[in-house]
Amino acid sequence: MSFVFYILAALTLAGALAAVLLKNTVHCALALTVAFAGLAFLFLQLDAQFAGFAQVLVYIGAVAILVVFAILLTRGSETPKDGVYSRNWLAGLVIAAGVFAALGWAVLQSVPGLPHETAAPQVSVLQIGNALMTRYVLPLEIVAVLLTLALIGAVIVAMHQKVEAQ
Amino acid sequence: MTPLVGYLLVAALLFAIGLAGALTRRNAILVLIGIELMLNAANLNLIAFWRYGPHPELLTGMMFAIFSIAVAAAEAAVGLGLVISIHRHAHTTDLDAMNRMKG
Repeated sequence: MSFVFYILAALTLAGALAAVLLKNTVHCALALTVAFAGLAFLFLQLDAQFAGFAQVLVYIGAVAILVVFAILLTRGSETPKDGVYSRNWLAGLVIAAGVFAALGWAVLQSVPGLPHETAAPQVSVLQIGNALMTRYVLPLEIVAVLLTLALIGAVIVAMHQKVEAQ
Repeated sequence: MTPLVGYLLVAALLFAIGLAGALTRRNAILVLIGIELMLNAANLNLIAFWRYGPHPELLTGMMFAIFSIAVAAAEAAVGLGLVISIHRHAHTTDLDAMNRMKG
């Protein structure tokens, strides 16, 4: 385990914790950006350059901005009077801790069976493009249709309907 | 501890943090943030298994992660559109206050 991994893991987890725990919603969105950046660096550390840069473009460039827009449009940065946590937060915390215990137990139990190839894979963008155009062309087209539908759907859902209001 | 175990444990912790956020926060936008964190934890698992598993030249794990990123972007767009729509209708993003299905 390299030293860089520990730094990046700490950065990512600290960002995620801050995104979940902070009171001001805008601060949460900024902490979320830190967590996304840490994940992008972890992807780069795993020799997945393309996924790392896609993470930067899609999550930091689009999703974080969308979240900030939604917060500002809904005036969500005002801290509510009766606390930021749900009424049954204890149950949620217990469920999350249980899920983490189960996942961690499963990972630690399966240590001997896990693969551990050491040679770094040499993957060029040309190979990724070729794979996208040949073997993965059907999922690529489906994702294209899905993104178009999501775009139209989001606009229709969020659109202000003046006719009904009158 | 092999590197893969480290990545898997970080992903498990990230998933648990996201789940805790999705289950305990009142603001609908923060619930969506928790869901995004959970999706990202799954992506980290996929990429880590791709890197340390056999045959990384087949690109399966990385392609799965890239498609998952695209689907997560679509989910975020629709989810935030729904939050804005509900805020316009009910003037709140507090999930505990949204207890009626009838408009």
